[in-house]
Formats: sequence, C-alpha cells, structure tokens
Amino acid sequence: MFGPLIVKPQKSKGDNTGAWRVQSKPSFLQKNCIACNMCLLICPEHCISGKEKNSYHTDYHYCKGCGLCAKICPKADIVMVDEPQQEKK
Amino acid sequence: MENRLLYKPGHTACAGCGQSIAARMVIEAAGPNTIIVNNTGCLEVFTTRFPESAWGVPWIHSLFENCAAVASGVEAALRYLGKKDSINVIAQAGDGGTADIGLQALSGMLERGHDILYVCYDNEAYMNTGIQRSGLTPYDTNTTTSPVGSKSSGNIRPKKPMPEIAMAHGIPYVATSSAGYPQDIQRKVKKALSIKGPKYIQIHVPCPLGWRHETNLTLEVAKLAVETGLYPLIEYENGTLAAKRQIVPKPVEEYLKVQGRFKHLLKSPEELKKIQEIADNNIKKYGLRVETQ
Amino acid sequence: MKQFFEGSHAVAEIIKLCKPGVISAYPITPQTHIVEDLAQMVADGELNSQFVNVESEHSAASVVLGGSAAGVRVYTASSSQGLILMAEVIFNIAGMRLPVVLTCANRALSAPINIWNDQQDSVSLRDSGWVQLFAENNQEVVDFHLIAYRLAEDKSIMLPVMVCMDGFILTHGMEVVDIPQQEDVDKFLPPYKPLYKLDPAEPLSMGLLGDPGCYMEARYAVQETHKDVLKLLPKASAEFTAVFGRDYKDCLVEEYLTKDSERVIVAMGSVCGTVKKAVDNLRAKGKKVGLLKIISFRPFPYARVYEALKNVPKVAVLDKSVSLGAQAAPLALEVKAAFCGKKCATKNISSFVAGLGGRDITLDSIKEIFKKLTAKEANLEYIDLKPELLKDEYGE
Repeated sequence: MFGPLIVKPQKSKGDNTGAWRVQSKPSFLQKNCIACNMCLLICPEHCISGKEKNSYHTDYHYCKGCGLCAKICPKADIVMVDEPQQEKK
Repeated sequence: MENRLLYKPGHTACAGCGQSIAARMVIEAAGPNTIIVNNTGCLEVFTTRFPESAWGVPWIHSLFENCAAVASGVEAALRYLGKKDSINVIAQAGDGGTADIGLQALSGMLERGHDILYVCYDNEAYMNTGIQRSGLTPYDTNTTTSPVGSKSSGNIRPKKPMPEIAMAHGIPYVATSSAGYPQDIQRKVKKALSIKGPKYIQIHVPCPLGWRHETNLTLEVAKLAVETGLYPLIEYENGTLAAKRQIVPKPVEEYLKVQGRFKHLLKSPEELKKIQEIADNNIKKYGLRVETQ
Repeated sequence: MKQFFEGSHAVAEIIKLCKPGVISAYPITPQTHIVEDLAQMVADGELNSQFVNVESEHSAASVVLGGSAAGVRVYTASSSQGLILMAEVIFNIAGMRLPVVLTCANRALSAPINIWNDQQDSVSLRDSGWVQLFAENNQEVVDFHLIAYRLAEDKSIMLPVMVCMDGFILTHGMEVVDIPQQEDVDKFLPPYKPLYKLDPAEPLSMGLLGDPGCYMEARYAVQETHKDVLKLLPKASAEFTAVFGRDYKDCLVEEYLTKDSERVIVAMGSVCGTVKKAVDNLRAKGKKVGLLKIISFRPFPYARVYEALKNVPKVAVLDKSVSLGAQAAPLALEVKAAFCGKKCATKNISSFVAGLGGRDITLDSIKEIFKKLTAKEANLEYIDLKPELLKDEYGE
C-alpha cells in the first residue's frame, strides 16, 4: 500500500543543491586555519566538515555558495572564488 | 545507535537561510533523543519534500497552526508509555505559525503545562508564502501586505510581545536568541530541555530573500539587530528576568541600511526617530546598556 | 453484562474497555456526557489514559493525531460545530493514515444555531477519507466502537473511523445495553501495534510535502483502501459475532423485510428504529414495505444496495441532512448512483428530507413517506414543513 508520506532518513540523500551555485564558491585555503569550528557551525547546509587545523572543507555537491563561511572565518582562510562557468565544448 | 546526522544537507532552503542555521543549532543541542513537531512553513517545506527528509530524528508535520497541540498529543502518549523522561519533545514554528494562527494552540499547551520546548523562528513575516506581514513584523517594515507606498511607510503596528505573552502563562523558562549567536541558541536550548514543563524560545532569524540582503550577511544582520537594541536577547526564569545580553548600543541606521525592506526609512528622519525610540525603550526596559565604569 | 443507562455512558464504558492511551476532547452539546464520564473514570483510577483537556476541537483532533503518531491508541468525540472546526485536522488524519476513532454525536450545523439532532455534521465530512458507521441504537453504538478500532488498526487499512450516533436521541436516550467483559474485548481487539510511529530508536519523518509528483498516488491509495474496508467489515463482523454473539451480517447494510417489498425506505441512524416500527404496522395491514438500513456510509456499499433493492419498484431515501443546491440529499444521491446504468425493476428513487435540526420524525411521517411513493420520482421533498413559518417575510 502506498500509504502516508513517511520517509526514513537513511533513505534520503538530499538534492544536489551544489548545482544552484552560479557566481562563487568557497575555497578552503587550509593554510592558517585554527580549527575554531565556526565555519562548520554556521553553515546553513551543514556541508562543511573538519577536525584538526587545516582540515576543514566543504562538500561541493551541496554547497550553495552563500559565503557565510568566508565571512565568519577569523583567519580569512576561506575565500570566495568564481564559480567555474559552463565549459565551451 | 550509529552516529548519524540530525540535520542533513541537500535541503532546499535559500542560500544563507538564517532559519536553517538556527534549526540545526536547536536539534544538535537537543540531541538524537528528540521528537520534533513542525508547523507548516519554510522549515517544513525545505526540509521534507517527499521522498527527501533532512531530519535524522523522528519528525512530524501536520498543519499550519497546530504544532503545539500535536506536540501535546505526542507528549501525552510518551507519558502514557512511561518514556517522557528520556525523550525531548520540541514543537517548532515560524512567527506567523506562533503569534497569529498558532497562538491558540500555543496558549493551550502552555496553560496545560506540558513538558515541551516550543521554538519560534522569527523571520518577521510569512516568508514561505511570499513575505506577507505577520503579528511579529516590526513597525515600518516593507512586506507585500504592508507595502511602502505614497501613503504608507510600511507596517503600521508594533511587534506582538510574544515572549511576554508566553511568560504571562506562568511557565518556567522563556528566552530570546538570534541566529547571529549560534552558541547562544545551543546553550539556551540545552538549558530549556533541562527544565520540566513548558518552555518558549524565540529565535531571530534573518531571511536574505525577505529582508533583501546578501546571503553572506545573515549573521551580521542578526548581530546588528541585537546590537542596536531592536532584538533584546533575554532569559526569563519563573517570571523574573534572569539574564540578558548587554550591548554597547549602535544606532538603528546601521541595522536598517543593510536590508532592502527598511531602505525607505533612510530617507525619512521622522520614521528613523520612531525606530530608534523602539530600540531605546527596549534598552531601558531590559537594562541592556553595558555600564561604563 | 446488561445494564440500563444513557448512550453517552455506554460509549464511555466501551472506550474504557478499549484502553486508549490518549483521550482528548472539547466540550460540545450533545457529546459532553461521553467525555465527562471518561474524565471521571480516569479520576477514579478505572482508566489509565492521559486525559488532555484542550482549548478547542481543532486542538483536540491535533492532540489525538500526535498521540496516534507516537504509537498509542487514541480517542476523541465531537459534534456539529466542533466537528466542522476540526475538519482541517480530520482530512489531515485520514491523509496521514492514522487509526483514530472518533464518536460523532450527530447534531445540526449552524446557522441557524441548533443543538438538536440531524446528520449534517458527519455527512459533510464524507469526502475526508474517514470510514463512517451509523448506529441505530445504543447497542450498535457500543459494538461499532469495537469494530471501529479493529478496522482502523488493521495494518492493511490504517484509516480513521467515525462512529456516528444521533445526538440526544441516542446520547441521552436510556436503553438496555450489553457491555462486554474485558476478556472478550481483549480477545476481539488486541493491543495496538503501530505500523509506523515517532520513536528516536527508529527515526522517520511523517507528513511530508507531497508535490504533484506523488500527491495523486497518496489519494488513490486511500480510495483503494476504502475498497478493502468493504471487504474487511464483513470479516470483522464475523469475528465480532464469534466472540460476542450479536450478528451484524456484513456490517454494511441491514435488510429489514426488503426481499418481497414493493416500497422500501433507505435510511441511516436512529430513525431506522421508527421506520422498522412503521414497517411492522403496515405489514400487519398487508402492505409490502421494508427498510434498508445503511450502516457504512463511507465506504458506501453500492453493490450491496443495488442487490438489496434491484427488485423493489419504489424506493424512498430518507435523509437527515442536505446538500444545499443539489438535486437530492446526500444519501439519496448515493443510492441513485448505485443504480446508475444498471438494469433493474426500480422505477422510482425519491429523496425525502426530514428531521433537520431535531424535528421529530413520527410514525405518521414515515407512513406519509410510504404513501408519497407515487409513480413520479420526488426529486427532493422536505417532510413536515410548517407553511405558516414560510409565509413570514423578513422586514415585515
């Protein structure tokens, strides 16, 4: 029976929201990172991960390029760079 | 229980969504032993579009106005099963679903004393349906149903004092927080969940789309609301003001000029004065100004 | 055990035996006694339920929705304005496939405001997806609640059930009813084992956004399940008979002397008792009349109705509700639909409306209806109207 709309979380992979980016994306320089964890904390997508210094990175499959991580990083170790445009065939 | 994500990426919130940050802080502070009851709104729509769900905890959505009542039912069932002490119940909604259409159910839940944490994500309008004015929309805000025009400078009514309304029910804990201070959200949620009885937390969450600001300014805008005194961060315990975030007040223009929804005010010194008055009244009422030695 | 008390108390007694975990209701005449009795039982420790006093019917339905979603048997009751206020949640509960059982103490709808019995309230929610059973007397009220839980909680059904009893007539009417023993109830109704529930040990998300890509399938599934209800009700009824002895046959309709009838009234609810008496009186005079009582209004048993009436030349459908602006009243429209495009001896299906707002339906009224079954179909006729009131013009 296709019944009520009920979903188990393990079955849900989410949308490829990384495809939303049109202008810029964060680049994690991993040079001066002090592992303050702020970028991981404030990402609305929860797609930044990392543990030790200079280990933080984002999952570009989900990252929407909002730029909050670059704004919050106290060491300016995350910079927004241009999103690569469609390659000419 | 494997270490699973309680709030997963791949949801369809706008880039830079303040509510998404706050909602994640709430559930991560609450932990996996939590059942969430969600009203209709942005959060519900962008996290659970069949067959996707961003929630790693048990989660239910019913209607627009009844999360407090559905949560009351969940809490009663847990009590019946003898499981209430080990499971948190959180009812969450937007500002419209709390202060307007959801006020009745919320009031009933608070009055009956259920052991539920109610979280209101206050983005100051009905954002999900297109930025319409709600009871928590501040004075002079430009929304689609309180638009700025030659005969109007926006919303003509002040914000409904929801924390005070919640407090008037005699509940043990009422607090306000802000997406600009994510650790503050976590601290307050953890504190609330350690108290038995009904709790109310209202979190100010900027909406880049509705407030008309850049997606990377969400946290700054939220902080400015607090730093100007327009959104006091306070905690009430058992009816008395127990804590507040003290500020060195910034002039309200600094907050207003970053947002498109207030830009009409920058040309109107009279209206600016009124907004500054609101901020000054808050600062006085709660004693927000940092005392200089 | 046979006892003599009012219908509301009979409902409270049977609900107590069903042991719901969460009960929530808002007071509205004439449902109040049901809930008051349950509150007293909880207060006396006879019933171990969480009793939630809510601030509106909308919240009452929401509370039982939440309780059911958390995996617990639940109960609520309402009438009239309360039922319509919770209409939003009613549709929601059916769409979320939660096995809630609700007693509707049928009462007229405002405006004008009226606290007496008619069936407009539950009939107005016939599209919601709930199973709707109508009881003729208080024994059926008791028994249908048991069948309701058994049906609702069946893993192949998982739909909410509304047991309808005429307000005041049944709720406040005192009858001898046989209240079953707890052991027998436990035999017929095992403890509720939810198909899905909110539990941190096994998280899931309920009530998702169903976009155009999946909404139709969800609705279609409820429609298909109603076909399964038509098959399961007779089975549940047979199981019921095996434990309790009383026989409701297929629990879809009751045929009272329809086999050789020339004229039959179709009706549902307590008026069927009056019709049966009228039928007996007329049969004693040699008239071939009968009653087809509808038990299950949703899902409507079209095939059964057709089978029961196909050789009856004249059929009168007696409604205690209206579909204002339509050609016939709701039950009559269903009966007519049962005959659509079919070959049969039935020449006349007439729609009669009586008893709105609690106006008494007497034996004479019933006999009048049988008399009115002339060759021409009555599209919609209101019985026992007061012409002197209709002459009044506003503003004079």
